[in-house]
Amino acid sequence: MEIQQYNFIFLYQETTALTKRLFIQLKRRPSTFFAGILQPIIWLFLFGALFANAPKDFLPGVDSYGNFLGAGLIVFTAFSGALNSGLPLMFDREFGFLNRLLVAPLASRLSIVLSSFFYITILSFVQSLAIMFISFLLGYGFPDLYGLGVVFATLILLVLFVTSISLCLAFVLPGHIELIALIFVVNLPLLFASTALAPISFMPTWLGWFASFNPLTFAIEPIRIAYSSNFNLDLIALNAPYGDLTCRDCISLLFLLTILSLVIIRPLLNKKLT
Amino acid sequence: MNQIQIQNLSKDYLDVKALKKININIAKGSLFGILGPNGAGKTTLLRTIATLISPDEGTIKINNIDVMKEPRKIRELIGYVAQEIALDKILTGRELLDFQADLYHIDQSNKLERIELLINQLDMQNWIDRKCGTYSGGMKRRIDLAAGLLHLPKVLILDEPTVGLDIESRNIIWELLNDLKKDGMTIILSSHYLDEIDKLADTVVIINDGKIIDQGKPTELKNKFGGDRIILKVREFSDSLESEKVKKILEKIDGISQIVINASQGYSLNFIADRDKDLITKLKVELAFSKFKIFSLSQSQPSLDDVYLQATGKTLQDAELYMTGKRDLKKESKQSMR
Repeated sequence: MEIQQYNFIFLYQETTALTKRLFIQLKRRPSTFFAGILQPIIWLFLFGALFANAPKDFLPGVDSYGNFLGAGLIVFTAFSGALNSGLPLMFDREFGFLNRLLVAPLASRLSIVLSSFFYITILSFVQSLAIMFISFLLGYGFPDLYGLGVVFATLILLVLFVTSISLCLAFVLPGHIELIALIFVVNLPLLFASTALAPISFMPTWLGWFASFNPLTFAIEPIRIAYSSNFNLDLIALNAPYGDLTCRDCISLLFLLTILSLVIIRPLLNKKLT
Repeated sequence: MNQIQIQNLSKDYLDVKALKKININIAKGSLFGILGPNGAGKTTLLRTIATLISPDEGTIKINNIDVMKEPRKIRELIGYVAQEIALDKILTGRELLDFQADLYHIDQSNKLERIELLINQLDMQNWIDRKCGTYSGGMKRRIDLAAGLLHLPKVLILDEPTVGLDIESRNIIWELLNDLKKDGMTIILSSHYLDEIDKLADTVVIINDGKIIDQGKPTELKNKFGGDRIILKVREFSDSLESEKVKKILEKIDGISQIVINASQGYSLNFIADRDKDLITKLKVELAFSKFKIFSLSQSQPSLDDVYLQATGKTLQDAELYMTGKRDLKKESKQSMR
């Protein structure tokens, strides 16, 4: 058998195969994909209705609560998807399928991580677009092309950050029950302790401090600003207790967190995948 | 010429010494059998060769390449079929093979050809496009074997490939292994089925409790006994004291050797008797003289089980039963998770 000689081609071939497998699984079991779209839409609809009669200047810079909530739900969708990205790997560990990958002469075992990242990113993009489109139909606006670019760039950083943590947990925790339990514990509290549902000015001091360090907040605020007509990266996005942050600051912080998480989990992934 | 050299291989888990200074040489193009009860260390040995486990001590070389130093090169050389069949039950068999081919970087033109060939060779045409989750044990094992063979490995490692299989699947696998051997592939096959190893293996190593008991060609190992295997019972369920008395009588008879008391089989006496037609008569007379009756006496050609029995005092089947009660499979499964 002639084996091709170039590592890059090998890496591409194996990453494509691993990603394709995840998409075949999704195609044959699409319920989580649709649930990932449906849940934020229900939230948007219900929360929008809940605050429908709130005063006009109830929230700064937006016309309605639905406008405010959209960004939070887009981020929540991507965040939840990325947080769950460790589950397929955990099942592969538990059922021995991971050994099939580890005994293969992979050009780099990074392909296992990359495939999860590509899969979740594409999934989040599709789900986010669906949410954005439906919220547009509900009258909550749509970002321009520049804004759309910022939305996706922010989502990529968030997905990379959370996926790396989730994959790390998939190797550290003993089984899928523990991973699911942790996801349950982390998912909603992190959403509520961010600016997804309410601005920092609405929160008690302690929660305001927490929310202003929450990575979800760093993703939500640029996306929220991206919906405004006069969007630019130097607009103030977050009035944090420690000072104002622009969109650029938020995205830079998210970028730094992502790099930091990749640096921290690298030794563990190296250990588990060698 | 030895293709695989294993030297002083040791591996400990938390409280278990799984491998103790294992030394094995495997000739190129041979079928090498590893025989031993569950928990003897077979899977640990195979997983170490397959680069899935790092040993605590010792070296393994395949084609003079060190498994621990250059695992990727080794992975190109080997095909590994694990004891637990791990398939993605959502993929079809064909999709799984396609996926596997990409992991082994088989180019597109060869990929389809290889997949088709293996589908025909392993008689999988009728169900290959069904999801793996619908397969029977035999089908799963065949697709798993096909996945291990896709890249035409130089060394095929099979961990108990026929456990729990129907006769048809077992025969297909045996035939395939014989064909692969004829084509010059080196095969390492672990099993706790005596007949499988006896029939297929050119060389066999018998391991127990992480140690090698004996190794060589199956016929050589059996011929070491130089006589027939006799199993004697003076009562259906004897006891230690009685069997010791009988043993003392047997020890005095010329032509009887290697006497072992098998406690788990009603304290039967297992020994080797020279192929002398008068010996059994002599035995009966001696026992009658000491007022022992013969409850049962069977005479057979020595088997690999006798090699095991001689070294451990237990038959392979008894060792299986003993280990089944002793093993914590859940704990072992957790230990084997990466």
